[in-house]
Amino acid sequence: MRIPLSVAALLAGATVLALAGCTQSAETTQSTEAAGDGAFTLYSGRSETLVQPLIDQFEEQSGITVEVRYGNTAELGALLLEEGDATPAQVFLSQDAGALGALANAGLFATLPAATTDKVPAGFTSTDDTWVGVTGRARVIAYDSEALQAADVPSSVDAFTDPAWAGKFGIAPTNASFQAFVTAYRVLNGEDAADAWVEAVAANDPVIFDNNRGILAAVNDGIIEAGLINHYYWFAQAAETGEANMRAQLSYPAAGDAGSIVNVTGAGLLAGATTDADALEFIDYLVGAEAQQYFVDETYEYPLVAGIDAPAGLPTLDSLVNPDLDLADLDTLEDTQALLGRHGLI
Amino acid sequence: MTELLVPPIPPLVADAPAPVRAPGWYRFGAPAWLIVLAGLCAAVAAIPLVYLVVRTTEAGGTELLDTLVRPRVLQLTLNTALLAAGVTMSSLVLGTTCAWILTRIRLPFQSTLLLVSALPLAVPSYLAAYGWLVWFPSLNGFGASWFVMTMVCTPYVTLPVAAALRGASGDLESVARTLGRGPLRAFAAATWPQIRPAAIAGALLVCLYTLSDFGLVSMLRFQTLTWGINAAYGASFDRNQAALLALVLVVLALVVVAGERRSRRQVGSVPGRSTMPASAPGKAGFIYVAVLLAAPLAGVVVPVVGLLSRLLEAETLRAIDVPRLVEAVGATLGLALAAAVVAVLVALPIAALAARYRGRLVAVIEAVGFLGHALPGIVVGLSLVFFALAAVPMFYQTSVVLVFAYVVLFMPRAIGSVRSGIAAVPASLGDVSRMLGLSPFQAWWRVTARLALPGIAIGALLVAISAMKELPATLLLRPTGVSTLATELWSRTALFEFGAAAPYAAALVLVAMVPAVLLSGIRGTAKEN
Repeated sequence: MRIPLSVAALLAGATVLALAGCTQSAETTQSTEAAGDGAFTLYSGRSETLVQPLIDQFEEQSGITVEVRYGNTAELGALLLEEGDATPAQVFLSQDAGALGALANAGLFATLPAATTDKVPAGFTSTDDTWVGVTGRARVIAYDSEALQAADVPSSVDAFTDPAWAGKFGIAPTNASFQAFVTAYRVLNGEDAADAWVEAVAANDPVIFDNNRGILAAVNDGIIEAGLINHYYWFAQAAETGEANMRAQLSYPAAGDAGSIVNVTGAGLLAGATTDADALEFIDYLVGAEAQQYFVDETYEYPLVAGIDAPAGLPTLDSLVNPDLDLADLDTLEDTQALLGRHGLI
Repeated sequence: MTELLVPPIPPLVADAPAPVRAPGWYRFGAPAWLIVLAGLCAAVAAIPLVYLVVRTTEAGGTELLDTLVRPRVLQLTLNTALLAAGVTMSSLVLGTTCAWILTRIRLPFQSTLLLVSALPLAVPSYLAAYGWLVWFPSLNGFGASWFVMTMVCTPYVTLPVAAALRGASGDLESVARTLGRGPLRAFAAATWPQIRPAAIAGALLVCLYTLSDFGLVSMLRFQTLTWGINAAYGASFDRNQAALLALVLVVLALVVVAGERRSRRQVGSVPGRSTMPASAPGKAGFIYVAVLLAAPLAGVVVPVVGLLSRLLEAETLRAIDVPRLVEAVGATLGLALAAAVVAVLVALPIAALAARYRGRLVAVIEAVGFLGHALPGIVVGLSLVFFALAAVPMFYQTSVVLVFAYVVLFMPRAIGSVRSGIAAVPASLGDVSRMLGLSPFQAWWRVTARLALPGIAIGALLVAISAMKELPATLLLRPTGVSTLATELWSRTALFEFGAAAPYAAALVLVAMVPAVLLSGIRGTAKEN
């Protein structure tokens, strides 16, 4: 097929136009500056379908324009670390505390006003006001309801060291929430017990997944009989395929068991935006009654502020112990990762 | 084929053998301006390498060594190498077989079959894995990854080999047959050396693509280096460790590129005018068609039907947001087009250099150009964030940097085909046109470039398809508020919203099919014209 050179020239011209067009639209969105000018930029590690309606509500009520960049929490965290001070973002909404801790450790967050951070009880937010927890997700055991009765499901994660479970349970050791859970185990039960647990689990032929979604899908398909995930994924899947069609069911570990900790999602203010009134208003909005109720209704996550009820059917937040655990303590996280690495899980 | 018009000067030293040069190579060294230009273009692809070195040196030497000798890292490296080797071998075999069937057997609906065999190019690897998991949820591990990856990658070998076979001379093979060799041995002796450069170039792309892939191996739960890189970014936020693992990938890639260059020898044009006639299929016709359809069925039909079946269970199939879909299609097309044009322009000097000249410098420049393809998108994305903020902050988070990322990632696809296209044009034609009075640029433009156009077009289309399917670098570098079909698809499947994702998946495959179809339509090398 002969391509006339005139066509090639047309293509080149179209390219220039396309580039100019895209750059144009980008330039208009880049005109946001800091300091209360009615707009700010948000990097959101939470998905668009979830969070955009809430942001739209906020925009309507406050009149502030929000430019949102959606992505994976881990990748956005890496992006923010790479951008450093040159970041165009003012607020980071994260799906887990590990990312918030990493950014706080790198000095990229500004201190939030006490009025905002005091709304969330200790244990579910940062210890130094560098970020604030927004919602909570309980660690749960998802089990195959066709293979197991509810009564047979273990009430403690220690059960998974039993050879009877060999090859039948799934974990996602590279996932931040699993690592937070192992950190909780170390804090609650001591280093030796944690080491023994990880060693026994690693030797018990666990099925390894990259993320919680994969575990839930496998339980739902009957590939494995149980898996350790966050409660919120079950509800997201049930909303899509119908609760009656869910083969996987949830079981909550006994109160006080390390497997029952609550992971938090949270938001932080980037260091360059300390005086940005719009950004501060948004973070305040996230821990306000309206946004918290939105999360309860739409995502079945736990609200973290007083006065809002937990979603129906979930154990109350008080019953899920968060031990003296700084979820964002990176040094502890590194030790956890070293522990998992020693036994070949990561 | 016309030899050099100047008669060779007899060697002064009687026992020094005259160097054998195939007609394509120039006798003299490359002009300096070409080397500099090609070097600059290759430097574009070296940006991620610079970034990786910077990050790795931030980590201490002991930390580096500790990481490298961990059993897990060794296991990941072994897994990666095995998967890449396996997929490359099987794609080579399957692709060459399909190409042979397409050109040497007279099957009905020839052009449709060619088109169909190119279709797996349109399906991103993560979509193929997802589709297979719908039917066989327990599919996982090395075998599954090998199988699905091969099905998706085979067209990278089939298309160039089919084009080479069409232009290959059949006289030698006929002679070999008359001398008593069986069909397979005659093929191996006479035709394979002619098509080997094309086949090996396609296999190289397959190998680099497998090295850099994350979506498929993550879904099929086969832990490779890319898994480790993602874990390093996502869990430890340890960019230094991630950079170190990425460097291991780069080393693997360099080994592969060096191997390809060594095995690629410029094949002189074989005298002979006729191509092999296509023979009737006979009783084995069904087998031929089955082999041809294996990759499209496994790579396209199974995943697409799988996604559609999920759609039926879905509650989120609300009314399709058409303006948004159209916007995403527009952005995808625009970015892919821009990426194709710029990638070809940047690849041209490197390809022109590699096609005509030899030498270590040329080899290094070419090898560097291929590196970007071995790196996972997240690494290239972050390296360009680093580079853009350091060098051109006004372009950060504009489509300029995104197109640049596509160029870095997919330039190797253009280099290979453009190089083959240029190499197939005998250098003596340029000499003749110079003698007839054209300036060097005119000679190049009107003779070489025009004849190499099929190769250039193939390169551009391959880059376009890859840019349409790309995900991690796009997520990192796109202008805030701009989304492509791949990012829209991703943001919906992240939350099980398969119903809402299905229109985007369908649109992505359809849009990517357009260049795939065009690719299958490009027939012939310089010789046919």
